Amino acid sequence: MDILLNSGSTLVIIAAVVGLFMAWGIGANDVANAMGTSVGSKALTIKQAIIIAMVFEFAGAYLAGGEVTSTIRKGIIDASFFVETPELLVFGMISALFAAATWLLIASALGWPVSTTHSIVGAIVGFAAMGVSVDAVTWSKVGGIVGSWIITPLISGVIAFLIFNSAQKLIFDTDKPLQQAKRWVPLYMFLAGFVLALVTIKKGLKHLDLHIGTADGYIYAVMTAVLVALIGKIFISRIKFDESAALKTHYANVEKVFALLMIVTACAMAFAHGSNDVANAIGPLAAVVSIVDNGGQIAAKSTIAWWILPLGGFGIVAGLAIFGHKVIATIGSGITHLTPSRGFAAELAAACTVVISSGAGLPISTTQTLVGAVLGVGMARGIAAINLGVVRNIVVSWVITLPVGAALSIMFFWMMKGIFA
Amino acid sequence: MARNSILGVFAKSPIKPLEKHIRLVVKCSNQLIPFFSACSEQNWSEAAKVRRKLSKLEQDADALKRQLRLELPGGLFMPVDRADLLELLTQQDKIANKAKDIAGRILGRKLEIPESLQAQFNAYLARCIEATEKAAEAINELDDLLETGFRGREVELVEKMINQLDAIEDDTDTMQIDLRKDLLALESELNPVDVMFLYQIIDWVGDLADLAERVGARLEILLARK
Repeated sequence: MDILLNSGSTLVIIAAVVGLFMAWGIGANDVANAMGTSVGSKALTIKQAIIIAMVFEFAGAYLAGGEVTSTIRKGIIDASFFVETPELLVFGMISALFAAATWLLIASALGWPVSTTHSIVGAIVGFAAMGVSVDAVTWSKVGGIVGSWIITPLISGVIAFLIFNSAQKLIFDTDKPLQQAKRWVPLYMFLAGFVLALVTIKKGLKHLDLHIGTADGYIYAVMTAVLVALIGKIFISRIKFDESAALKTHYANVEKVFALLMIVTACAMAFAHGSNDVANAIGPLAAVVSIVDNGGQIAAKSTIAWWILPLGGFGIVAGLAIFGHKVIATIGSGITHLTPSRGFAAELAAACTVVISSGAGLPISTTQTLVGAVLGVGMARGIAAINLGVVRNIVVSWVITLPVGAALSIMFFWMMKGIFA
Repeated sequence: MARNSILGVFAKSPIKPLEKHIRLVVKCSNQLIPFFSACSEQNWSEAAKVRRKLSKLEQDADALKRQLRLELPGGLFMPVDRADLLELLTQQDKIANKAKDIAGRILGRKLEIPESLQAQFNAYLARCIEATEKAAEAINELDDLLETGFRGREVELVEKMINQLDAIEDDTDTMQIDLRKDLLALESELNPVDVMFLYQIIDWVGDLADLAERVGARLEILLARK
């Protein structure tokens, strides 16, 4: 107990630094997954992608990151086990951050596709179960989180399949695909805007002390979505089409419309990623800050300190500003046979799934959700070739990440106990 | 880093190379027209030059075929069956091989098409090459087929092309029968060994259209699956 009073601020600083480092790592690595499809299908340049990512990752983290942060902070662990020894929870959370950040660093260096979400959840479960007591983990909650990792890629796959098929029906398999595209693409923009706005209003604005009623929330969401669709429509009317192009290349013109739509879905993806993944870095930090601020009391109901979400958002933005460029350039130069009409279906489905999960406080893996969505489009015969080997690697990575994250976290936990206690 | 990202999931599309391959093949078989016109003028050095060009194109097509096969390992999830795709590629490549065989046989024996048959033969050759061009046109719809998820109007469009291809092939069959009949009438005036090879050349030129039709058939099977 004394340790919290004597070196509380030191611990908070350590946690903040590691949390910032973790957020930075998330920004540097995961941005490729969030923005890669947009850059890969040439809907955005690298510079545009970075700017969109910076704005919307931060917005997502700040406006809609609260729920998942709460889950990471206090959903996985049963706080009643730490009432007598709150310092153990502080050590544990810092160790979990250390472990996840270390694993992220190692995996990135080796080129393994790991999930930051899986590593932090594995790490928290690891120190709590092995370092304290098996019962200190709220297993029912952990079961729900792990279950969501299986279900969310499936859901996003099904949504992607439906979105892609609807685009085929409404736009591609018609007499005049270009006219149909001009008519229907704003509707998809509306859909993206609506889901994002709704989740932000219903779940995100709480911690900003903005309380909006249910009915009002829907009205505001619809208004935002209509605005997005209208702006999109204006831009669509300003695209220069290759009018001389005969029937042969009309799909090229259609894709130009979809490229605009992809800018919207890229924003949605960055927002969704920020909202879900920021928690991986700042959830443990929020726990540490809350305990230290309350002088060792583990408050069941406490708001997240005001500076924590922006710190996480800042970390992510810094990461992608410094390293994102390089990461995206690497993938941008790769040959990707992905047209905007496929990319949008995958991104929109993944973004919706992730944002809704964020609203529900479920920490899920953005990458796996996106992979699920890509497979959904593939099922609809929309993508020329999907590398199942890479898909398998991504799936395997989370099975491995859990025990590794746990083991590293236990190691750091014992080390910290040795140093401070 | 690319392996670490979502874009590693997207493998290289086989469709563009497949389209490029048939364009090469058609370019190769098209060389037969200047080749035969050089032969009819008995300009053998020019014919040899055209044959070298044709042979080079055939080699390019071969190289592309091999590269495509290497880039198409198992474990890819594609909208079309991998075996069907490879079979289609094999059929496409056979057209170029046949064109090379024809040029080689003619040049090797300095075989001449009898004066009175030449106009008829050239029309026959042009029609057969037209069949290969039609096949290429159908194959070049593959990227649009991918855009539309291999269904709907685009499939109907390709099926129409394949029907046209079949009609051209039917036509070449009739032309071949006429050509043989007229050659039969001339037989007694010609060197018997030359006559044998003339029949063979007529057969082989007809094979160009047959192979083109088979490419169309493979494409149909590709579309019918799933």
